[in-house]
This record gives sequence, C-alpha cells and structure tokens, in this order.
Amino acid sequence: MRSMPALHYLDNAATTMVDPTAVEDTLTTLRFIWGNPSSLYVEGLTAQAAVQRARAWVAESLPGARRDEIYFTSGGTESNNIALRGAARARTAWADNIVTTGFEHPSVQNTLRALGKELGWRVTEIPPEPDGTLDVQKLVAAVNKRTALVACMAVNNETGAVQDIAALAAGVKAQNSRCAVHVDAVQAWLRVPIDLKKWRGVDTLSVSGHKVHAPKGVGALYLCDNQRQHLAPPYTGGHQERGIRPGTENVAGIHALGWAVHGKAGEIAARSAAAAELRRRLLEGLYAIGGITVNSPADAVPEIVNFSTDRVNSQTMIEFLGRRQVYVSGGSACDKGEPSHTLLAMGCGERTVKTALRVSFCADNTPEDVDALLEALREGLATLRHI
Amino acid sequence: MPDRIPEILLAYEGEMTLKGLNRGRFESCLNKTIRSRLRGVGDCRITQAQSTVFIAPASPDFDMDEAERRLAHIFGLVRLSRAAVCEKDFAAICRTAEAYLGLALRAVRTFKVEAKRADKKFPMQSPELCRELGAHLLRCHPHLRVDVHDPQLEVMVEIREGGAYLHGPKREAAGGLPVGTSGRALNLLSGGIDSPVAAYMMARRGLALHHIHFASPPYTSARARQKVEALAGLVSEYTGDCTLFVVPYTAPQEYLRDHAPAEIFTVLMRRSMLRIAAAVTKRCELDALVTGESLAQVASQTLAALQCTDTAQQLPVLRPCIGMDKNEIIAVARRIGTFETSIQPYEDCCTIFTPPHPKTRPHLSEILAAEAAMPGLPALEAAAAEGVERVPVRIGEAPPF
Repeated sequence: MRSMPALHYLDNAATTMVDPTAVEDTLTTLRFIWGNPSSLYVEGLTAQAAVQRARAWVAESLPGARRDEIYFTSGGTESNNIALRGAARARTAWADNIVTTGFEHPSVQNTLRALGKELGWRVTEIPPEPDGTLDVQKLVAAVNKRTALVACMAVNNETGAVQDIAALAAGVKAQNSRCAVHVDAVQAWLRVPIDLKKWRGVDTLSVSGHKVHAPKGVGALYLCDNQRQHLAPPYTGGHQERGIRPGTENVAGIHALGWAVHGKAGEIAARSAAAAELRRRLLEGLYAIGGITVNSPADAVPEIVNFSTDRVNSQTMIEFLGRRQVYVSGGSACDKGEPSHTLLAMGCGERTVKTALRVSFCADNTPEDVDALLEALREGLATLRHI
Repeated sequence: MPDRIPEILLAYEGEMTLKGLNRGRFESCLNKTIRSRLRGVGDCRITQAQSTVFIAPASPDFDMDEAERRLAHIFGLVRLSRAAVCEKDFAAICRTAEAYLGLALRAVRTFKVEAKRADKKFPMQSPELCRELGAHLLRCHPHLRVDVHDPQLEVMVEIREGGAYLHGPKREAAGGLPVGTSGRALNLLSGGIDSPVAAYMMARRGLALHHIHFASPPYTSARARQKVEALAGLVSEYTGDCTLFVVPYTAPQEYLRDHAPAEIFTVLMRRSMLRIAAAVTKRCELDALVTGESLAQVASQTLAALQCTDTAQQLPVLRPCIGMDKNEIIAVARRIGTFETSIQPYEDCCTIFTPPHPKTRPHLSEILAAEAAMPGLPALEAAAAEGVERVPVRIGEAPPF
C-alpha cells in the first residue's frame, strides 16, 4: 500500500508515489548491478540482462508489442520528441504537413509547432468536440498524401477523454500509408487496455514511468519494427537502445520501471472498476454540492475527473485544499499554472477554465480520500470569496 | 604554462566624486559595501586613492573573475578594469605589457600609451615613458598605428609606490551612488515585472531598500510567495542584504472585497496596502515607499487614481518607473535577471478580486466616503501590520525557482 495516512493524494495524473517495492528494487540495482550494460565482462552482462528483463516486462504490459520494439528513454517528453522529430526528419523529401489534435500535451504540441517552423510545414490542429472527444473523421479528413505524421493522445491528461486510436490509425493509414502515426499513451498506460494488435497502424507510442508508480526520469518508446527505417533518430552517439536513444542506460530506473509494471496489465479491469466506484462517489458528491460543471466526458477513464466550480479560482482552491492535505491540480502539471489549453480548445467559457480542477485517482485511493476532498471543497466554496 | 601575471582590480568611482564636503561619507559607504560584497572571494587588500579603489589579492586563491562580477553590481562604481602588476623597471614593464596586452593589441589597429607617475622617484618622466613603451609595442606589433585622439586601445601604465600597474581594457560597471547614501526605503514587491525594476532603479540612486509583500493565502499560493522571495534574492545582487516583510493580507482583502464598491476596489486596496506599508516603514525607521507604478499602465495608475492613493498616508512614494514604457521596463528586468522569474504565472495579491470594469478617474471624495463606510478596515489593517513576518534576504541565497 502506497498511501499515507492523513494525506489525500488525488493528483496521480501529475505523478504517482513510487511503489515501495520499486524503491527497494532501485536500491538493490544501484548497489549490486552497477556495471555498464555495454561492458564485455560479467558485470556488464548482468546489467544488460537487467535491462533486457525490464524490456520484456514493459513489452508484456503493452500487448502486441515485441520486446525488441521497446526503447528506454528518460520519460514521456523525450519519447515524444524522438518519435515526432525522428518521423518528421525521415520524411522531408516528400511531406509538407502534420496533423494533430488541439489538446495535446505540451511535449507534443510544442514539438510539432517547432517542427512546423523549422521545416516550413503546415501544422493542422483539430479541436476537440465540446465534450472533449475527438471526431476521428475530421482528423482523418485533414490527412492527405503529403502528411508526414499524425499525433494523437490516447487518453487526455486533463479531462481523461479516451480517443478511438484503432479507428484513427486505420483511417490515417487508408488515406496515406506512408504517414507516421504517433500515440502519446502516457496517461493511457495501465489505465485502458492497450492492444497494439488492434491498434494496427500505430507506429510509435510513448509511455512514462512516474505515472505508473515507477521513479521519475525513465520512460519508454514503442517503435514498430517496420518503422525503424523510417525514423531518423535526433541524437547521435553510441549504439545503446539501437541508436534510437544513445547514452549509457539508466539501469536502476529502467529495472524499477519494469518491476513496477510487471504483471499489472492483467489487473486493469479490476482497478478500473475500483476507480469507477470512486468516480461515482465523487460525482454524486459534486452534484449534491451543486453548481459544478463536469468537464470530463461521460466515457472518460474513471481515473481522471475534471470539473469547474464556476466560483473559486483554481489556484486559490488548490492552495486551500492543500492546506487540508488534499492534493489536486488545475490541469497539466507541465503547464504550471497557465490556463488549460485543452479546456480552451474544447470551447469552455473563461469562468469554467479559470475555476477548473482535476482529480486523478490511483489504485491506492479510498472512499475516505474522496470524502475528504468533498468536505474540503464544500468548506472552500462556503468560505472563499467567489470570483 | 607561463606563470600567471599578478593582477589587481581597479574600480572607478562615479558621480560621487563630484560631491563636495560630503564626499568622504560616500566613499566610506562604498568601501564598506565593497568589503562586505567581496567576503568569501578570498583575502584581498582594499585601498582608495584618486577616485579609484584598488583591490589587490592577498592570497593565491583569490577569485578575480568572481570579484569582478560582484564589483560590476555595486552602485557607485562606473567602470572596472584589471591591471597587471610588475616591478618598477622599464624592461619589466615592456615585458609585462607584451605578455598582458599582446592579444588585445593584436585585435586592434590603433593604440596609444598613457602614463601616470605617482612615484616621482621613478627615473623616467611620464612623456618619456609613454614614448618608449609605445615604441617598444610598435616594434612588437608592426601593424599598429598610434592615434592619440581616438585610439581603439589605450595602454595605461601607472607608477605607484607598490609597483607598476598596466591596465587592461575597461568595462562598464553599475553606475549610480553607493547604496545607503540616500537613505532607507521600503519597496512594495508584488511579484510582477515592474517592482523589482523599481527596486533596482532606486537602489542605483543610493537608497538602501527593504521589501514588503502582501500575501493572501489561500488566494495566493505558496508558489507565489516563493517567487517573491526569489525576486528579492535576485535584486539583492544590487541592493545588498535586506529584509522581506510578508504581510498576511487575507482578512483586509476579503473585507474590502465584501464591502468596497467594485469599480473603486483596486484604489481602496492600494490605499490600504500603502497604509500598512507606512506603518511598517515607521516601525523600522525607514524614510519612504517605493512602488513600480507606471503612469496609466492600469486603471489604478492613472493620474486621478495615483492622487487618491497618495493621500492615504504621509510618506513620500517614489515611483521610478512612472515615465517608462512596458518595453523599457522589461528591458531593464531582463538586464538585471528578474524577468524570467517575474513572468511565472502565479496569482498575486494585485490580480485577485479585481473588478472587470475599474474606474479610471476616481474622485477622492467617493474614496473617502467608501472608507468611512468600512469601519472594520482599520482594525484589520492594524492586525495585518502587526502580524508581519520578516524574511531575511541574503545575497546569492535566492531560493532556486
């Protein structure tokens, strides 16, 4: 159990508490498996075996992915950068545009905008529907024969909206088979079943360790084997991670990542059900309070609930809740206080955007956490001055 | 590797040299600042003569680069240069000049030699020294030409008691007057772009500054306060060590929000803040208030609004940014290194509860009437002024942001 008494951590989409067994695993690896995985003697082989073991565990958590299609990186941002820059650079001969959605994480949105500027390409951002989901047909219609790549998030980090990646990938490939499809699955990993056999057409997919109870500073990129020739790695260096991400491997982090996700794919259904129960409890409480706008779509992942109080500024409410050991956020942690671009893209009003809160559960949260949140929220709405 | 040439630092005093009988006071203040700022850089000997401060390293581990960086932030100094020290012997001077300035001379086409002979026991007179050293450098660098009116590089040689000094190129320093010579004041630090710039500008005119910040938790976050502490730390590079007073302003601000007419809320809040700042100022025996207001930038900074805020208390309110455009203020903020911190997006006391349509021309009569209708405010203000928290700000100890 990772939870701490008297602390209600409900911001698991920002980061998660590291699993204590993963902490143990990190320490053990640091202490005993200190070799360089590229070394030829036994210490090197041991380290290489640890990395390979973790690779198998991560592959197993992404059904349909082979072990040699997993590349370790420093996290979601780096995975996204390698996939997007690599795919774009390999397509400069014929491509002239990129298609993405209006609600991507900054590490995708800003990378694509920068690529657009560098290469002189048009970047089309398809805004979400008012409920936060994407109309796949609109995105597919924007793809043409000169589209280099399409990027779409599997689960939105702010609203929890689930996108139909299977239909998207199939649609895009039907329009243009050379177009790369990248999926940011940082929030989707181990929350929704990812089956890369069903998601045929997805060429690259990013995941991050610290969202799944592994330490920060480690993540992975799935790169479909038949796309390796069509990805120009942005880095130059050694042969590590087959040249896709050169540099001596973060053995302890990688092993802890594998350890943290090992065998977890099978538990998704059970954990989803528990999170759905918490979500139901939260939504009931919010309706009882009244005057609350729920920004997450009804079919979002149960772990993420985004709502607006329409009365109290987000930063104020977060500070108020924080003093009562209830931790939530206003949106993406990577936006650090800026108004949510996802809600703006959904066409939410200024008041809704300014008062938005994001609650995100993990398997360790309890009904007491939800009750503490609701209690503090009621108190805050009653005592804090409204905007 | 050849031996390092022994160097000293020379710092030139600015407009304070024009002061008459008060000049000693300015110089001793400057001296004190230099001594305290150079603490931790290594042992050195500091002397003063002819509007110049000489900083001679007294230990081999003295960090010249760090000392120069710190001196460049001390107000009262207009220029800095380094000088090589050598024996008072013409041959040694020639050798050192070539070794110390050879690279710089190769990069220019024209030069001249200036000499100052303070030690009259030196056998060559100044004009002769200039001529001979110039001839030597010309022999070493045949591409050079002498230009006595507008040289690209001036080679300055000084003969003093302690030895001969060969000056390197000069660089601009901070200018202004030594901090503390113009009195002491309290700067209102909100967390925005303007107020650190205001602090910098007033410190440059010799004011010793402390800062006051109004925090309204939970409307303002712990991050916002951390940001203000970081800003005070960044500005302390110029102002020196100081104190940040943090006022618990939630209660007065909520009271104002509930009782003040919305369209004049901001002006009433500014008045309330100035009253609390004035109380702290008096308690700490400071002489004035400083704000980052710029004329007509926002509704509370129009002439009519400023007139209303000014009558809230008796102390002079200094507003160095009053005539500056936002872009000018931003340029200064970038130069002094506060801009990146200032633009972090956290709500501060000035941005919460602001009405959508504030009045740009409030009348003093309506302001006074509104204050008369808020009998509870003075007690809340007094409690806030009483509950002020003191945060010491030390140079170079800005919390990482």
